[in-house]
Amino acid sequence: MITFGIFFVVPRLAGETPEIMASRYVGSRASSDQYHLVAERLGFYDPLWLQYWHWLKAIFVGMDFDYGNGVEHCAAPCFGYSYLKSTPVWPDLIDRAGVTMSLAIGAAVIWVLFGVSTGVVSALRRGSVFDRAAMSVALAGVSLPIFFTGLVSLVVFSYGRPFRFTAPGSSYVSFAKNPAEWAYDLILPWVTLAFLFAASYARLTRAGMLETMHEDYVRTARAKGLPERTVVVKHGLRAALTPIVTIFGLDLGLLLGGAVLTESTFSLPGLGKYAVDAVMRQDFPQVMGVTMFATFFIVVANIVVDVLYGVVDPRVRVG
Amino acid sequence: MPGARAIPTQAGAKPSSFLELRDLRIHFPTDDGVVKAVDQLSFTLERGRTLGVVGESGSGKSVTSLGILGLHNRRNAQVSGEIWLDGMEIVGASPEEVRRLRGKKMAMIFQDPLSAMHPFYTVGAQIIEAYRVHNPVSKAVARKHAIDMLGRVGIPQPDRRVDDYPHQFSGGMRQRAMIAMALSCDPELLIADEPTTALDVTVQAQILDLMRDLQQEFGSALIIITHDLGVVAELADDIVVMYGGKAVEYSSAKDIFERPQHPYTWGLLGSMPRLDRTRTDRLIPIPGTPPSLITLPPGCAFHPRCAYADRTGGRSQTEVPELVGAAAGHGVRCHLSEQERREIFETEIRSKLESA
Repeated sequence: MITFGIFFVVPRLAGETPEIMASRYVGSRASSDQYHLVAERLGFYDPLWLQYWHWLKAIFVGMDFDYGNGVEHCAAPCFGYSYLKSTPVWPDLIDRAGVTMSLAIGAAVIWVLFGVSTGVVSALRRGSVFDRAAMSVALAGVSLPIFFTGLVSLVVFSYGRPFRFTAPGSSYVSFAKNPAEWAYDLILPWVTLAFLFAASYARLTRAGMLETMHEDYVRTARAKGLPERTVVVKHGLRAALTPIVTIFGLDLGLLLGGAVLTESTFSLPGLGKYAVDAVMRQDFPQVMGVTMFATFFIVVANIVVDVLYGVVDPRVRVG
Repeated sequence: MPGARAIPTQAGAKPSSFLELRDLRIHFPTDDGVVKAVDQLSFTLERGRTLGVVGESGSGKSVTSLGILGLHNRRNAQVSGEIWLDGMEIVGASPEEVRRLRGKKMAMIFQDPLSAMHPFYTVGAQIIEAYRVHNPVSKAVARKHAIDMLGRVGIPQPDRRVDDYPHQFSGGMRQRAMIAMALSCDPELLIADEPTTALDVTVQAQILDLMRDLQQEFGSALIIITHDLGVVAELADDIVVMYGGKAVEYSSAKDIFERPQHPYTWGLLGSMPRLDRTRTDRLIPIPGTPPSLITLPPGCAFHPRCAYADRTGGRSQTEVPELVGAAAGHGVRCHLSEQERREIFETEIRSKLESA
């Protein structure tokens, strides 16, 4: 809630007056009377708390916009209309969320598989060539920003190569339409994004495994005569996984709200790209909408992580 | 019953006793030098008998037990010697062969049951797992067995407690559950590593009673590892006293308590608090601290702390004593002659140890 309040103050700090905001609706050549008229109709002169209340109300019950030349109803959940395109924000968000979800979930699968398995093998063979190589790559992975690895991967795997992995730009095809092409287009962004996360997950898993494999209960598992594989996975990894589940939930929630850098680098029409474009164009309802959306995912991710904690670690359960 | 123990036979030959260690050495090379955690250790144990392994922290008693189970750190340990379990040699066996024996033929009870049980699985699940590794039965059958085992170690309402997590058990209950887990496959050799150290004194007695009853019921061989002489007095038939990775005295429990011969054993016995003396005389501590296993004192490892070291004419500082007399039923690793030890014991020690 605090964030929404702040968002209504920020445009004022940035020097936006009701007139300037109104001009985005009626064009720059209108007379100042017209500005005032529109600004008043859209409630830009209302006190902040009232504007905020209207905005919130619109999300839950919808809102009627009176442009002077007829009333338009914006059904709930209504995030208002884009200044520039005059289209409602909500359908845009839904549309974009599909892209972002495809990107985030696909990458998440890759990074969990690779990160955790690399971490486990590294921990079991501490000091080996594999461990050193994997940890060097992981260090590079956490240090290199997406816009670097992304561009490098584009240069190496996409531009002017016979095996073009993705046609950058608006080539995104939804999963429902053509799953093969959907996956093909997303491979590079997936791998690039997953690389960043896999690196930190590998380090996290390795550290966790090094600790749990020295625990007494792992020795007990061995004393039972369990095969080494069961000892490592069922007893060692199971215990090391708790902090990883926590971080995974938060990471995924954050990404679902928009993977800004990845989407910008690969020109994927997701929520992150939408947010950047909206900020660039100072399209206020869009910015508000996408922020609300991202916040929603983060809050939900936090709740899910808290619930999962009880599932993963029985000691946390109440009663 | 001195002399009841079989004497270690020739290297390489199949022994007649159930468990036999011959010249077992477990060394860990480190950057600072070789840690001789276990050195030249030999003993035998029959089914239905109990061996107590006694010593201070760092005397190598825990490593011995881990070594028998093949649970020592394989990557950096140098193991030599022989361990014969029921006619099978374990030191030279493949890890896979030893794994198959673990839990089934030989099982272990650990010191701290809270950290030794997995916090994320129910007590029942952990017993079921132990049972099913070695017995091809359905989960339902294994569960019945787990409930049965929990009942036998004295856990009330075992059919309900079976689904509890370790943190929902009290310390004594956890140790009972640990014992149930170790006994689930009916092992012939049971090793208990300080089984009562982490428990309340009142619970300690219960657990010791339980272990004695179960041993009689199951007829297994039992090794009790402890620093608490009270525990071995309660349970053991034979006792190995370890110091600096080596056995310094090896005899029947009766002999160790009635006619101890090694100065270190005298020290251990004197360290047991006694209420029948005046306050200042109740405890007779051993001076000094246990030696580092990397830089053991030359000669007899105990000489810097031994009150009688100067009676050996300097040999204790230069020459490592042998464990002498094991064949006769009472082995002692000391430079003093048997005659001298007897004399010292009768004139100086006995009066301090025995109650009025």
